Amino acid sequence: MKSLAELAAIRDKMKNKVVIREGSNETRVVVGMATCGIAAGARPVLSAFVEGVNEAGLAGSVTVTQTGCIGICQYEPVVEIYESGKEKVTYVKMTPEKAAEVIEKHLKGGKVIEEYTIK
Amino acid sequence: MIRAHVLICGGTGCTSSGSKTIQKSFEDALVANGLSEEVKIVQTGCFGLCALGPVVIVHPDGTFYSRVTAEDVEEIVKEHLLKGRVVERLVYNDTGDAAHVEPEHASLNDTAFYRSQKRVALRNCGVINPENIEEYIAMDGYAALGKVLTEMTPDQVIETILASGLRGRGGAGFPTGKKWELARNLVKDADQKYVACNADEGDPGAFMDRSVLEGDPHALIEAMAIAAYAIGANRGFVYVRAEYPIAVARLEIAINQAREYGLLGKNIFGTDFDFDMELRLGAGAFVCGEETALMTSIEGRRGEPRPRPPFPAVKGLFGKPTVLNNVETYANIPQIILKGADWFRSMGTEKSAGTKVFALGGNIKNTGLVEVPMGTTLRQIVEEIGGGIPGGKKFKAAQTGGPSGGCIPAEHLDIPIDYDNLLAIGSMMGSGGLIVMDEDSCMVDIAKFFLEFTVDESCGKCTPCRVGTQRLLEMLTKITEGKATLEDLDKMEELCHYIKRNALCGLGQTAPNPVLSTLRFFRDEYVAHIVDKKCPAGVCKSLLTYSIEKDKCFGCGMCAKQCPADAITKTDYVAPGKKLPAYEIDPNKCVKCGACVGTCKFKAIIKG
Repeated sequence: MKSLAELAAIRDKMKNKVVIREGSNETRVVVGMATCGIAAGARPVLSAFVEGVNEAGLAGSVTVTQTGCIGICQYEPVVEIYESGKEKVTYVKMTPEKAAEVIEKHLKGGKVIEEYTIK
Repeated sequence: MIRAHVLICGGTGCTSSGSKTIQKSFEDALVANGLSEEVKIVQTGCFGLCALGPVVIVHPDGTFYSRVTAEDVEEIVKEHLLKGRVVERLVYNDTGDAAHVEPEHASLNDTAFYRSQKRVALRNCGVINPENIEEYIAMDGYAALGKVLTEMTPDQVIETILASGLRGRGGAGFPTGKKWELARNLVKDADQKYVACNADEGDPGAFMDRSVLEGDPHALIEAMAIAAYAIGANRGFVYVRAEYPIAVARLEIAINQAREYGLLGKNIFGTDFDFDMELRLGAGAFVCGEETALMTSIEGRRGEPRPRPPFPAVKGLFGKPTVLNNVETYANIPQIILKGADWFRSMGTEKSAGTKVFALGGNIKNTGLVEVPMGTTLRQIVEEIGGGIPGGKKFKAAQTGGPSGGCIPAEHLDIPIDYDNLLAIGSMMGSGGLIVMDEDSCMVDIAKFFLEFTVDESCGKCTPCRVGTQRLLEMLTKITEGKATLEDLDKMEELCHYIKRNALCGLGQTAPNPVLSTLRFFRDEYVAHIVDKKCPAGVCKSLLTYSIEKDKCFGCGMCAKQCPADAITKTDYVAPGKKLPAYEIDPNKCVKCGACVGTCKFKAIIKG
């Protein structure tokens, strides 16, 4: 170790990989992953969120996690977004492409994409 | 892309309850379910809740699974990791409401065990993989060393530690900054200085240091380098007991990784500071936890203490000025450097800043490791964090400080725990072993237990300890056999004070503490053994008798079948209303094992 910068580089590289364990995140993205969800294609959606959140540098404040059946199987894949102090937003019939859009507009921009939410 | 981490405890406690097998099962199950690219398995250090091991935590949700078996793994993978459904039956639940746990409350931080804890020394234990230096760096590891080397002078480092109020966590509570200051300044022209770490944790029931070594070994390495910089040393020694194989292995891995990354060796952080360290394994003598004996042992000689002064700060290892601190003390150092002395002072009490780790054991529900701010009351530790005493029994006393400490009775449950308060009531902080005893414990027997330990472990160099502790044990044995007189009690007390005043090292000077403190708070129990020839708790076998109340006996003969000494036989007496003749116990044959009591459905066997 020759300099503080070298140490900081390792820390920044590793931070994203362990931040998942800190659990102090303000925003939770919950993907429905019951049989119905998986059958409707929830897995690529989950992957898209995990990767997208990391790429967007949001891993420190956004937790991507999964849950069981939410009860609206015909709308799967379903994704719920919980933000502290705000009402829960439920996105339905999600795809990896829509996920990328949600990350960009909602998680980064703070704007709910109404057309993807449950009507 | 990894979306979830499965943390599996690899501490000694969980390893012995099978966490290695579970880790293997997880690896297999992840592959079988096609999840190995998405879920990462991390072996961590101790989470603290050893009683519930093996412990598994699933992140990002933080779900806390306890007592996991290899058979449960498939279900966790299929349900939780694949479908996102928490396996409720395995979630640790301290509310007593076993029916349902909301997934968002399944996390460890929501339990009473963790809620009032404050983790400083243990902050990375159970969070990072101790065998991966980069995970430590991710948690701001080695940033304190970098700061010290590039921004601070050695004197500033010492000032910070002094200002933090950190005191030695090995038990005696000497101010750490003062120790460093002395080692820096007392011998001006020393050609060589050393830093050393006391990881020879020997108190029965104590495992704080082991958990830090196993769970966060780099914290120790970083802190020792900081200490070396502060006093002007360039070599370090860790004296760790060979009975801690996992700790030794992880520490070796950590030292090698630190060398690879240039965090040990020459010109660390591009400065002219060089530092390297090595391990020395102790062969298991308790006395080697005493600082002068420890250093003698590192030098390769028989581990015996020597008189002080000279103190290690003047003449330590190989005759050179040395700083010797305990593992937990070191574990606090990087945090103090990074967050400042005021932050550290904001925790704890005025004279005892910061937190203390305790190893909870004995008659308590949540056996394990806890870290609380100094000044937390014993009641909070026992009742809230420890979950109270199993079986609805009453709290009798807590033993702190192991063989050097004493007992705290129920009347002092609300005393804020810090160095000075414990000394004032005749106990001591010690390294942090905290053994809880319920109403079924005999205090004379406890004192005898610790004396047996010190008699075994006395190195024999000085007479007060070698002969004195032996005589003390004989007197205690006489009391537990009901052969002592009240005069013996006075003699015993006098001998205690004599040993304290005259023994060479800390082992002997503190050996009588268990006797003195039990005499102080439980004198009536000693008197009961001597005058009434009774052991009120029913522990001391010589004073116990077992008998059968014949009118309650149905004559089933279960007790006789169970008796290993054939001491129970049938009589001619048939109790009114019963059909079979009653049994009786021959006191001359009875070995007082108590096996019969449990077999009797009619509670006819009386212990008295």
